[in-house]
Amino acid sequence: MADEPNGTPNGSSGTSVPFWRDVRVLAIVSQFVFLAIVLLIGSYLLNNLITNMETKGFAPHLGWLDLRAGYTISESVISYTPDDTYARALLVGLLNTLMVSVVGIFLATVIGLIVGIARLSTNWLVSKIALAYVELFRNTPVLVQLLVIYFVVFLQMPKVKESIELPLDMYLSQRGFVMPRPEVAPDGAIWFVFVIIGIAAAGTLWFLAGRREAAGQPTHGLRWFAFAAALGLPILGWFLIPGGPLEFENPELGAFNLQGGLRFTPEFLALTVTLALFTAAFIAEIIRGGIQSVGKGQLEAARTIGLTEGEVLRLVILPQALRVIIPPLTSQYLNLIKNSSLAFAVGYADVFNVSRTVSEQTGQPVAVIIIVMAVYLIISLITSVIMNFYNRAVQIHER
Amino acid sequence: MTTITPPQGQAEIQPPSSEVGVVGWLHHNLFYSKVSVVTTIVLSVLLLAAIWLLLQWVFTGARWGVVTENMRLFLVGQYPKDEIWRLWLTLALLSVTTGLSAGSSKSGAVRMLAMMVMAGQVLLAIMVLISGMGLVGALVLLLNADIVWVAMYAAQRRPIRRLWISLGWLATTVATVALIAGLGEATPLPNVSSTIWGGLLLTILLSVVGILLSFPFGVALAVGRRSNLPVVRFIATTYIELVRAVPLITILFMAQFLFPLILPDGIRIENVIRAMGGIVMFSAAYVAENVRGGLQAVPTGQHEAAFSIGLRTWQTTVFIVLPQALRITIPANVGLFISLLKDTTLVYIISLLDILGIGRAVLANPDYLGATFEVYLFVAMVFFVLSYTLSQASYRLEKELGIGER
Repeated sequence: MADEPNGTPNGSSGTSVPFWRDVRVLAIVSQFVFLAIVLLIGSYLLNNLITNMETKGFAPHLGWLDLRAGYTISESVISYTPDDTYARALLVGLLNTLMVSVVGIFLATVIGLIVGIARLSTNWLVSKIALAYVELFRNTPVLVQLLVIYFVVFLQMPKVKESIELPLDMYLSQRGFVMPRPEVAPDGAIWFVFVIIGIAAAGTLWFLAGRREAAGQPTHGLRWFAFAAALGLPILGWFLIPGGPLEFENPELGAFNLQGGLRFTPEFLALTVTLALFTAAFIAEIIRGGIQSVGKGQLEAARTIGLTEGEVLRLVILPQALRVIIPPLTSQYLNLIKNSSLAFAVGYADVFNVSRTVSEQTGQPVAVIIIVMAVYLIISLITSVIMNFYNRAVQIHER
Repeated sequence: MTTITPPQGQAEIQPPSSEVGVVGWLHHNLFYSKVSVVTTIVLSVLLLAAIWLLLQWVFTGARWGVVTENMRLFLVGQYPKDEIWRLWLTLALLSVTTGLSAGSSKSGAVRMLAMMVMAGQVLLAIMVLISGMGLVGALVLLLNADIVWVAMYAAQRRPIRRLWISLGWLATTVATVALIAGLGEATPLPNVSSTIWGGLLLTILLSVVGILLSFPFGVALAVGRRSNLPVVRFIATTYIELVRAVPLITILFMAQFLFPLILPDGIRIENVIRAMGGIVMFSAAYVAENVRGGLQAVPTGQHEAAFSIGLRTWQTTVFIVLPQALRITIPANVGLFISLLKDTTLVYIISLLDILGIGRAVLANPDYLGATFEVYLFVAMVFFVLSYTLSQASYRLEKELGIGER
């Protein structure tokens, strides 16, 4: 922005501007005045806060973090008992938030990609169904969607004794979804070496193929070798290790409940599925817009020079579409993380839901809210940093 | 000049019948390859089955009593029966102002909004009939729909100046507040405490108040964020980024607990007002980002031209930059309003009875055990109608303003 016009030229002409008309002085003074007003209002409110809290008998402090929480949390990634501290309870909530967010983001991206491409389908029916999906999910409140998916879908599943049996020892019932729990076998650790070597080899091959391609040399199917390495080495390792690298603890139908296995509660499932479906509707539109932003001429030109459909997608459409897609996609990811706080509606123990209980029990709403807001702030910041990093990688470097 | 005539004895060659008309459309859009034939058939069967099941449930399985018997609650919550005429009067005022603005405006989108106000009141009239709030209310609403039409027609023949339209909206706003909240006990408009507002009324009040009140704050924040003064810029940026990084629920929760604590002793504010405060704090940050986008779209030449004719910084901002910036941010702000409308459902965490809150309260009644889907489907439909039509109007507005085409 241009600077404020300086009425009279100073310096060379010798007539100096009086200081109360000097823009530089004015700028500094007005900032001080502004800051003073903000600080004054802020300290007034803070003062009210402290006096009010003291008269009500709960001065803000953080000592409660080390106290015994004394209440149970229905599900947790790490071990947790009521004897643990409030700090650990909040940590359990944070990990649950992260779990819903990560699974939700993954599912939302996959569904969004499918729906976004379906929107562009030449088949009228396919594109109209995708459109109906997008409009339905974008125009209704996500909270209503969550309540429907929780109360009408997941809680209406059959009782545990009549669980729907899915292939591979998986069960779906009112109590959620149970699948075999994978555990690393005694000799299983070696298998991960195979996986790591496979991924490293695939990465190297992919990189080499890119270099050859950039230099205009044939790739000799290097990319296919990369796929083969990424998939083949882990599979080879799986069969080389006697008994397999992983052992599965299968769930078993007992008298009243399914015993053992890896269990996902209906609360977790409902929240994750809702967030994924809701966010996918927005992601689909972003992906459609991104693909459409690549000019038709680009496609035609790419086909004319003899690229295959896969190459057209990988070398022409994606690089150009991604730079349009990534920034809005980032804000959708952030929205999903923030929306995971809807967990309270179904009683899933995310960080916000845990914090409500903690603040009720400790009588420290202010401190708890500040901690929770800080947690969301940090998660958002980290996500933004990662996505910005990726965004910079996909931007086309203009010369 | 010679005309080319088809050879004698041979009819004009028509395109093959498989390329034109209904058959041609089907051929091009649904059955153009082997894969498409299979996809179309499989999807049609699945879709028809789903529609069949849904219709069967809607007409035979569903118990709509839970919605129809509680329609009044869904619409206005506990708003006293004897005072409901005030809501209809409010809508009548809004109809007049909307009609007059739409008639005087050249924008097709504004006219579309007026049509929506008409159609919305017809829908509302049907719901009022179901709710048993009386025939009078329904008739008034139908009359309101006509008022929009008449006012629009009148203003089209003799357009009203913009200043009068603005003043009209200001008067309508003041009257709306007075009518809904009341003026005082001794007046013909006794107070209706905000604690008993509810249903669709509360949902719409929360979102409209949220967007309107947050607008001045949002504009101030956006201008602050683009200021040359580092302190101002820092404070505005910090506020915007902090608010945008946290979920609305945490802000509502904070408003619930913090507002009573930071106000001096003796001042008590109602739950609904606290929620409104939280929503305003929240949406101000988003309005600010929309406006900032608009500010950035104003070419630098405009600033320079303004400075060169001797305007000061504040004059440039207020008279040159902001009017242009605000105009192009209207569609974005309509989008924000739509998402705010849907997000107001979160107020049920602080035990307010918006339309979803009423739904949940109704479901807690053992008489309606198991009617979950009916209630949520109804609530979802109300939101869908509001949100979908508004987004279509916003889309039209965007095209009219030619955003992204300049």
